[in-house]
Amino acid sequence: MSITVKDVEHVANLARLELTEAEKEQFTGQLNAILKYAEKLNELNTDGIEPTSHVRPMYNVMREDKVAESLPIEKVLLNAPDEEDGQFKVPAVLE
Amino acid sequence: MSLFDLRLSEVHNRLHHKDLSVSELVDASFKRIGETDERIGSFLTLNEEAARLEARKLDDNASAERGILYGLPVGVKDNMVTEGLRTTCASQFLSNYNPIYDGTAVSKLREAQSVIIGKLNMDEFAMGGSNENSAFKVTRNPWDLSRVPGGSSGGSAAAVAAGQVYYALGSDTGGSIRQPAAYCGVVGLKPTYGLVSRYGLVAFASSLDQIGPITKNVEDAAVVLQAIAGHDQRDSTSANVEIPDYLSQLTGDVKGLRIGVPKEYLGEGIDPQVKQRVMEALKQFESLGAVWEEISLPHTDYAIATYYLLASSEASSNLARFDGVRYGVRAENPDNLIDLYRRSRSEGFGPEVKRRIMLGTYALSSGYYDAYYKKAQQVRTLIKQDFDQAFEKYDIIVGPTAPTVAFPIGAQVGDPLTMYLNDICTIPVSLAGVPAISVPCGLADGMPVGLQIIGKPFDEATVLRAAHAYEESTDHHKLRAAL
Repeated sequence: MSITVKDVEHVANLARLELTEAEKEQFTGQLNAILKYAEKLNELNTDGIEPTSHVRPMYNVMREDKVAESLPIEKVLLNAPDEEDGQFKVPAVLE
Repeated sequence: MSLFDLRLSEVHNRLHHKDLSVSELVDASFKRIGETDERIGSFLTLNEEAARLEARKLDDNASAERGILYGLPVGVKDNMVTEGLRTTCASQFLSNYNPIYDGTAVSKLREAQSVIIGKLNMDEFAMGGSNENSAFKVTRNPWDLSRVPGGSSGGSAAAVAAGQVYYALGSDTGGSIRQPAAYCGVVGLKPTYGLVSRYGLVAFASSLDQIGPITKNVEDAAVVLQAIAGHDQRDSTSANVEIPDYLSQLTGDVKGLRIGVPKEYLGEGIDPQVKQRVMEALKQFESLGAVWEEISLPHTDYAIATYYLLASSEASSNLARFDGVRYGVRAENPDNLIDLYRRSRSEGFGPEVKRRIMLGTYALSSGYYDAYYKKAQQVRTLIKQDFDQAFEKYDIIVGPTAPTVAFPIGAQVGDPLTMYLNDICTIPVSLAGVPAISVPCGLADGMPVGLQIIGKPFDEATVLRAAHAYEESTDHHKLRAAL
């Protein structure tokens, strides 16, 4: 499997990244090299091997369903690039 | 003997007997930073005013209860959030980020009344093994300023090695505590996955990330681990296990300890001098009454490919939160919301971070998930089983921390795959989720070599006991970089 500049553009779109032409070229080469290296995993027969989901035997961590204090809105907004009326502000989503 | 050569417990005794004040300690830290950090570049942000104020408060309130960490200057890797103290992950994206809360490990250090001196440089979002991926500055190895300190906790290891702080916190995903500790000639401990809460640690690869201490000796590592270990409701992966008294385990007795030495960690690609130092360390263990045998961890050769697929996949998901909406640097004049996301991320992230997001997004994307992500999770199971089987027969596993000593700055830039191969001895351990420590075991070409001691899950006590017994019987940990 070899990836093309077009694949890189597709993945960049999924990842919400905007790449320059030079970056696209560079990543195409580097990702191909890394994925080619990763193909060595195919040397191993993994039929019937359970994929690791957690390295420790740990399941369904629950806490009591109790209301607890949250961070105050004024503090949460301290790092907001833009805000209005106690909310994060972004460009209009609908025209 | 300078103050920085003392163990934490010895400094504690001096404070206790009033031979020393906290303010003097903190002043000495900033003085040392002033003298050395132009050359080393460990710190991204200094907490000078608040730290001096805190020191005076501690000195004035003499009645307070004092643990060993009381009053001690500590540095924190810049991916752990600190309330009111800029936390950047060495990324342009977070260059203006002032956290509104403390992470749990940091809170615990504050409860222990250590004094936070500042935030330490790292590879951007902890992705890298040399600190060359920091968006802000180069960190240099105190032993040789032309070489890297390792990474990603390179600032933490360099700061401890340069005597700028008494101890530091790092984080380890594939070797990021152990490898820089080895390169800088200090002690670095990656605890068992889940022993230390990651609440407030900016997530890179959540199935691997773990916080741990970087110190000058094993006893200090035990003291710091004691302070930060333990269950935390705010991190659902944090384990609810009994925490032993680590200091009391440092008996110096390793008679009959069974050591497995994986032949894969001493094979091709390992520098002959590094191998030599490890063999000498094994002789030392023998003379202390331990026994060792060569073993095989047969899936070692698949660990790096497995790791880069899994860690990058998890990173691509974790880093989706950096969208320019709630915090971080937002691109100017976006056309619309999608443009805001795209440009904020593209302007904020450096090349290695983009590369890993791309790799991870690809590995998780429709049509490739089974071939890459699922396959890697299955191989991870095989790698973990290697360790499970070895630990049926052996108490610890010993080998080098890294295949070489620290390499020259710039030597591996632009060649990500070669850079990834530096992690061959640390990554399998991370994938298995077991604890490991790196301790100094001598020099090669004048640069420090790290010995890695790996233990059973939650058996940090045995790892520390073995490391301490070895350390006490040698002088390697007393060597200091000439600065």
